[in-house]
Amino acid sequence: MATVQRSRRSRASVRATGAVVAAVLAAVAALAGCSSTGGKRAEEARDQAASGKANVTTPRWKIAMVTHSGDGDTYWDIVQSGAKQAAAKDNIEFLYSHDKEAGRQAQLVQAAIDKKVDGLIVTLAKPSAMKNVVRKAVKKGIPVVTINSGQEVSSAYGALTHIGQDEQTAGEAVGKELNRRGREKAVCLLHEQGNVGHEQRCDGIRKTFDGKVEDLYVDGTNMPGVQSSVEAKLQSDKKVDTVVTLGAPFAATAVQAKQDAGSKAEIDTFDLNSKVATGLKDGSIGFAVDQQPYLQGYQSVDLLWLYRYNADMLGGGKPVLTGPQILTKKDAGKLEEFTKRGTR
Amino acid sequence: MTAAAPAGSPAGPSGSAPGDGGGPAPDGSADERLVHRSLPARLMRRPELGAVVGAIALFVFFSLVADSFLRASSLSTVLYFSSTIGIMAVPVALLMIGGEFDLSTGVMVTSSALVSSMFSYQMTANTWVGVGVSLLVTLAIGFFNGFMLTRTKLPSFIITLGTFLMLTGLNLGMTKLISGTVTTKSISDMEGFDSARAVFASTLTLGGVDVQITVVWWLALIVLATWILLRTRAGNWIFAVGGGVDAARAVGVPVGRTKIGLYMGVALAAWISGQHLLFNYDTVQSGEGVGNELIYIAAAVIGGCLLTGGYGSAVGAAVGAFIFGMANKGIVYAQWNPDWFKFFLGAMLLLATLLNAWIRKRAEVTR
Repeated sequence: MATVQRSRRSRASVRATGAVVAAVLAAVAALAGCSSTGGKRAEEARDQAASGKANVTTPRWKIAMVTHSGDGDTYWDIVQSGAKQAAAKDNIEFLYSHDKEAGRQAQLVQAAIDKKVDGLIVTLAKPSAMKNVVRKAVKKGIPVVTINSGQEVSSAYGALTHIGQDEQTAGEAVGKELNRRGREKAVCLLHEQGNVGHEQRCDGIRKTFDGKVEDLYVDGTNMPGVQSSVEAKLQSDKKVDTVVTLGAPFAATAVQAKQDAGSKAEIDTFDLNSKVATGLKDGSIGFAVDQQPYLQGYQSVDLLWLYRYNADMLGGGKPVLTGPQILTKKDAGKLEEFTKRGTR
Repeated sequence: MTAAAPAGSPAGPSGSAPGDGGGPAPDGSADERLVHRSLPARLMRRPELGAVVGAIALFVFFSLVADSFLRASSLSTVLYFSSTIGIMAVPVALLMIGGEFDLSTGVMVTSSALVSSMFSYQMTANTWVGVGVSLLVTLAIGFFNGFMLTRTKLPSFIITLGTFLMLTGLNLGMTKLISGTVTTKSISDMEGFDSARAVFASTLTLGGVDVQITVVWWLALIVLATWILLRTRAGNWIFAVGGGVDAARAVGVPVGRTKIGLYMGVALAAWISGQHLLFNYDTVQSGEGVGNELIYIAAAVIGGCLLTGGYGSAVGAAVGAFIFGMANKGIVYAQWNPDWFKFFLGAMLLLATLLNAWIRKRAEVTR
């Protein structure tokens, strides 16, 4: 009896679910859905990303890049696309791996050594944890280039050169730009608590900026949380006339928070993406300071190729800086196009 | 277990509100359902009482220490943040009353937003088509969770931990595969965007105060969930399966169907949150949402849900979300040293929960 009842019920529920699915599908079909604006079609129309074909006759060398990136980080995505572009041109097999925890990142470097790569690109976000394994690679005769972070220790660990931007210097550049714009009180928006690079950026601003700088920590994985925290800050302290975000995705959110809070604060940001480019263009974002991630990826691969092919090293082993580059409204036009295809 | 009564009469007249608890049947005395109780006594037995007291305490506290906290615009900000948590916390509370967990909720919100955005973009379709497809996909994820749970009989902790990890990977992998980057492309210039934005991410002005539409969604969900819990047969089933699965099954409660329904309810809310995320920010970061599932569970627990199931309320979860929102933003309004932010947050949540537990215990003693 019970089973009969249950089966009748489940049949009824299947029928009910089916009806709901059909109704939703019908609704979707009724909208008959095409958009005459935007979307993939528009992208294809403007797509002109460079194509990849080897232009050299050197053997297929293997180069590994190991970074401290977390999952799904826009920034490292651009570094990778730069590296891949160089790899395509230089006939290089490009291997990428990442882990935001220093211990596991070191293991990934070890794995690359075990694979007998012909070149190694690493980031040294937490230098002391990477020291041994990088030295090991150098001892095995693998040419190492460090990128992005670890400028101070790069050559001491035996790397050929370092390509990147000094976070402190970038912060200082922002501080100077804020002075030039006559700002008085800035909020430095940190979206990852305990990230050394982020602290250095805010410290850099504090060093050169004549006004006051306050830190605000938010949880970068919760956008509404970021927005409401910035809103709260702007509502509670009316003297704040600038918000500096440390990552591009948070700039647009800060703009929204500012509008909702009815504040006149200027939003400035580190790094770049297509929404920041659009923001620069329409004036909702004051300036962006970019460290050119594409260049960090492209140059590191290309330099290793040059080193293997011709024993060349740009800068004679001194750090090669890719930033800070201050971008304003006047740069926005072409940036918009390049950010949309994911190379800036 | 305090709510044993509904389990005994799952299909009975729904007049007796299961949220009132019921408690162990007194020996020999008259039927406890017929005993008349005074209003304060009845109030003391509500599961959300502790949370309400905690919320009032926190509200008074921040009104005193943060002078900008009491402004209408500030409260609207707090309400907005609370609503983004509350929309999820309400169905999560229902699920927990039904005796199960869902760890995949945080990333499911992101999945829902990603599906909607990428479908519209890649197909160059009206954004409403993407919204509809996203609804189907998200409900399917919820159904998967519930179906796996009822079929395999494994703990929901394990099943949804699996879904959580899989969705985290899928979010990233699929976005990268389809969009080429870890962020979706902007769909703000596509047809249907403005109307969808009006539904999911607009701002209403009520008496000079801006209120985000998520607050309306939140309130609607609270009303719907409370009605289901207290006025329908499904509500009785939810309390019954959470109170004791075997007893519930023995009296003919469709346990599997109830649990699958609860997971699909969570998915529905994840869809609403996901669409808000998409239409508010117009692009979606594929790595977002990780960690939020614990906040939803925390809000439900602060609001009086038992981790063991069978007890709790939708209103309580909403108040729990409000407590979380107040604590989170209150620290900013009070301009406390941000280095200690997370510590204050944790301490405040612990205090709220302790207060909640203490009041509930007192309520049970005075019964």
